[in-house]
Amino acid sequence: MATVEARRLTKVFDEVRAVDGIDLLARESEFLVLLGPSGCGKTTLMRMIAGLETPTSGDVVIDGRVVTDLPPRARNIAMVFQSYALYPHLTVEKNISFPLRAVGMPKEEIRKKVDWAARMFGIERFLDRKPRQLSGGERQRVALARAVVREPVVFLLDEPLSNLDAKLRNSARDELKQFQRQLGTTTIYVTHDQAEAMGLGDRIAVLDRGKVCQIGTPQEIYDHPSDTFVATFIGSPPMNLVDEGETMLGFRPEAFLPKEVEPDGGREVFRFRITRIEYLGADRLVYGVIEGRTPEAHVISKIPTNIRTEIAAGETYDFAVRHVDMKRFDARSGRVLDGDAR
Amino acid sequence: MTEAALKPAKVAGRPPGGFLERLADNDRWLVRAMLAPAILYIVLLVGFPFLLSLWYSLTNVTVASPTMEFVGLENFRRIIESGTFWLSLWNTVVITVVSQFLVIVLAHVLAMALVADFRGKWLVRLLILLPWVAPISLGSIGWLWIFDSIYSIINWTARALGLFDPTFWPIWLGQPELAKASIIIVNVWRITPLATIIILAGLTSIPQDIHDAAAVDGAGFWRHQLQITAPLIMPITLVALLFGIIFTFTDMIVVFVLTRGGPYDTTQVIASWAYFTGIQGGDLAGGAAISLFLFPVLVAVAVMFLWFAKRAEVT
Repeated sequence: MATVEARRLTKVFDEVRAVDGIDLLARESEFLVLLGPSGCGKTTLMRMIAGLETPTSGDVVIDGRVVTDLPPRARNIAMVFQSYALYPHLTVEKNISFPLRAVGMPKEEIRKKVDWAARMFGIERFLDRKPRQLSGGERQRVALARAVVREPVVFLLDEPLSNLDAKLRNSARDELKQFQRQLGTTTIYVTHDQAEAMGLGDRIAVLDRGKVCQIGTPQEIYDHPSDTFVATFIGSPPMNLVDEGETMLGFRPEAFLPKEVEPDGGREVFRFRITRIEYLGADRLVYGVIEGRTPEAHVISKIPTNIRTEIAAGETYDFAVRHVDMKRFDARSGRVLDGDAR
Repeated sequence: MTEAALKPAKVAGRPPGGFLERLADNDRWLVRAMLAPAILYIVLLVGFPFLLSLWYSLTNVTVASPTMEFVGLENFRRIIESGTFWLSLWNTVVITVVSQFLVIVLAHVLAMALVADFRGKWLVRLLILLPWVAPISLGSIGWLWIFDSIYSIINWTARALGLFDPTFWPIWLGQPELAKASIIIVNVWRITPLATIIILAGLTSIPQDIHDAAAVDGAGFWRHQLQITAPLIMPITLVALLFGIIFTFTDMIVVFVLTRGGPYDTTQVIASWAYFTGIQGGDLAGGAAISLFLFPVLVAVAVMFLWFAKRAEVT
């Protein structure tokens, strides 16, 4: 198992800094998620780690060895692509064994390894089929088997779940995490889906415009966002931000609840005029405006359905936020002010 | 959607506009009207001459004779017994096979070079396409000068560079093997551009992810080319090959301009021999019979074409 490190890694495409001097370390056996909106540079960063893209400057270090100038095949990494990139003209068996044949492994050993990988992902039945005869979920398993089969030191996964339907995605996520634990291989996973990132990652690196905004465990990222970008990118619905002149007040929708629910003391009360209520089954999403503020502060409250306080659109109620749940950000830079971000 | 668009006019009960407008709304007749020019063209310029040559090949018609008589398979017997026929058939096959082999190899190399990004790519593409857009006869005349027995630019250049010693002076179009090689060279020069463009289209249709996956999976250059790229563009390469086979197999212009089949019929191909026999020799029946020997090969190629078209539809 190995560590993966990016040192001042930069990639410039036609004067656009797609990746802008990123320093990043994936620890041994860690599941590190690169999370960010499209165009934030996460895929470019991963492709540079894989050796598919040459950095403009900076270095990629795998297991303490600088590999910046090595071709992908010399890095002992495996990658799973969003499209799976299975070889359409080869059977599943040939797809999985391709990396092994490329290193000239003896036939007998190849068969053993392919069997092992196929059994691990439950695709023994499909070994003779071509990729086009498989469903999306099956293809994804073949792609994972192909990545696992030569036991690389690093897995790179580029949104491997995004082509699956929602139901399959949840079970695939769970399995993926289990396989990674079982194999203990250092894994870097690119996604724009925060639920995937929160669920899978040991740590998450949030990227925006070619830079790392924050890196930390899912809980650190969620509870202590380092700036307003991370605060609003993570969480659904995003963190409420209320303009207070020099600073911005931030609190999560689920921390903004009817006054009766929150115990007295250590809280702040707001007059909340409700404009709309969405009933989502497990929660109610309540949209409205905090009264007595200019500019108007539009905020959202997320009330679990088991809190049965009667509320109605068009009315005004007292809502409260505990002080511990309130974050303050610098209005200009967006950085957190409380000094509690990791 | 078209039905919905048509309805208001019908509901209003207004008679539709002019003839063209009514035709445009009538699927049955529109199909026929649009196919008609193509069918007419094929019937007049391909079907009728083909049937005529079938009939001619069974008669003793000549350019000069006012009458013709049915002679059965006499013409075919005569041709099969002629040594020139077997030589022409052999030459046709050799020229087609060798030139198409070279075309596919060269076209692959060129297409690979052209998928890469570099400055002045459009100029290189233009230059590569030039032989294809130039008329065959014009290009062949250019080559006639290049292969000239006295002024051959190849010979003079090679001698100036010291590659040919002073006693060595190949007569390109005068020595049977060299003449055949010259014809192959011109055919390669003429068909490579088309094959390059077809294969280039095939290469660009391979998703980048597949190449990336092969690179990460440890494939080196040759493994990548032979086990990933080549199989993936195999169907489209075959299309290029079929085009090349048709163009080379049926072509007589290159031979006509360069060697006229000579020296002593050693570079004669079926198409040129049919021309020399039927048109220049005046033996229409014999020429028709010779040209019909091209037919089985072209049918086979056509069947393969249809088979590919069908496969492409399914997947």
